[in-house]
Amino acid sequence: MLSESEIREIEEEIKQYPYPSVACIDALKIVQAHRGYVSDESVTDIAQILSVSAEEVEGVATFYSRIYRKPVGRNVILICDSVSCMIMGYGSLYDYISKKLRIEFGKTTSDGRFTLLPVSCLGDCDNAPVMMINNDHYNRLTIERTDEILSKYM
Amino acid sequence: MEQPLTKHIRPGVAPLNLEEYRKVGGYESAIKAIKTMIPAEVTSLVKSSNLLGRGGAGFPTGIKWSLVPMDNNNSKPKYLVCNADEMEPGTFKDRYLLEGNPHQLIEGMIISAYAIQAGKAFIFLRWAYKKAETELRKAISEAYKAGFLGGNILGSGFSLDLYVHSSAGRYICGEETALLNSLEGKRALPRTKPPFPAISGLFGRPTVVNNVETLSWLPHLVEKGPEWFKGLSLTSTGGTKLFGVSGRVKKPGLWELPLGITVRELLEDYAGGMLDQYRFRGLLPGGASTDFLIEEHLDVKMDFSTVALAGSRLGTGTMIVLDDKTCPVAFVHNIEKFFAIESCGWCTPCREGLPWVEKILLSIENGNGKTEYLDLLKSQVEYMGLGKTFCAHAPGAMEPLQSGLKYFYDDFVKHINDKKCPWR
Repeated sequence: MLSESEIREIEEEIKQYPYPSVACIDALKIVQAHRGYVSDESVTDIAQILSVSAEEVEGVATFYSRIYRKPVGRNVILICDSVSCMIMGYGSLYDYISKKLRIEFGKTTSDGRFTLLPVSCLGDCDNAPVMMINNDHYNRLTIERTDEILSKYM
Repeated sequence: MEQPLTKHIRPGVAPLNLEEYRKVGGYESAIKAIKTMIPAEVTSLVKSSNLLGRGGAGFPTGIKWSLVPMDNNNSKPKYLVCNADEMEPGTFKDRYLLEGNPHQLIEGMIISAYAIQAGKAFIFLRWAYKKAETELRKAISEAYKAGFLGGNILGSGFSLDLYVHSSAGRYICGEETALLNSLEGKRALPRTKPPFPAISGLFGRPTVVNNVETLSWLPHLVEKGPEWFKGLSLTSTGGTKLFGVSGRVKKPGLWELPLGITVRELLEDYAGGMLDQYRFRGLLPGGASTDFLIEEHLDVKMDFSTVALAGSRLGTGTMIVLDDKTCPVAFVHNIEKFFAIESCGWCTPCREGLPWVEKILLSIENGNGKTEYLDLLKSQVEYMGLGKTFCAHAPGAMEPLQSGLKYFYDDFVKHINDKKCPWR
């Protein structure tokens, strides 16, 4: 069941569009903002509000990289693995973070604090390597700097 | 040297607010266009300036606009969409304009929307650009308060509402028809063309989709005119362009420079040349989906037509440099993996071909390649060439592969013969 505030926010989005299903991505983002990810149950709930099938919502939810269909940690680390960051050594950055948190790409730490994911080019290539943690953007990363940054989220 | 697009951007400092932007002449062009020009005049101004789209394809902006039906009784509503979904690997130019001068973009969108008589406009923004989103929303709210957006703008009778849509993340959203599906809340699959968006776009209505850098030109074009614009470049195409360099150079960065500056000037004078102990091997001139240029191309002029003559594309104008300590096979593999992951899956050659290419390249890189793989890669380049796929995604992906095979063939062969990557 969606909460009252989730429903209110989704209905607010629907109002600005010619028909409800246009708000599908907005609705997924709203639910994710409240719950951290989008469960099967939420997919069905969103479908009901938008008057479309759950399959249609699922099709949209699984298409976009930033909609999570599985629970993620309290902090999501996104390491850019595109070409400029590869040249500038994202690999050693990944190795370091992966060893420190004892997780690989796609995994969440056992305390639920961090999820580690690769991400495509973040558009800051002259300051490579770069990563995001939640909504925060970090660039010109070295191991020392990464260590400092991570400690803020520990 | 004039730098119209970036002259008011102060790196590390907050962008101009509305009052500051007004003080340097901001919104005067919007006022001029709306109050003293008819829409057709604005379009004809853009046409005669020959402003080529800055998103990567270089399509003439004025021609795109002139396809929009202007019969007021039947053609409304119409939409203007700003493509700010920058995600081409190696590209970081729109971020600079969005974070650095959001009012310039908003003013450009007001003028463009007026030209095609669109009443609603959207900025389709890359999800990762959080700072840009904050600055844009702030600037839009200022523009509403000052009467530059909303109903009956400055008493002219022209109305425009502007919305920001933060994307949910997928490279294919940058393809303009896929972007429209995404704005409609669907999977971002490209649409069949024709009909072109100018005739049937968002919600089946006439829609123009332009890039951030393209739209940011409008205030300057209206203020100073086509002749001035043409005079900015060193070639027959008008204007300056945002150029960027990333990779192992001394001063990676982004600069607004005349179209027609050479690859060498950009690489050596602006980016400071290669880092000590690194040698230049090649570069992709305009993002991951452009063909390699090598040493012999260093004097090629960075313009749409001249880069095309050298066998590549100007693309987004932000180059990625390959050095001698980076394996070219790993470089191309990284790019093909990106395109394989980002394929929308709609058409078979792209959905099946790109992951296949990625696997072949990985096995070569890991020392498990066979000589026949090289022919296999070449045939994939054919199968995913222009016209063989539903959209330009796979053909774009093939560009660095085909030219990588051409210029770094010996390195591919060495991987296979030595059964290992020489760079590891």
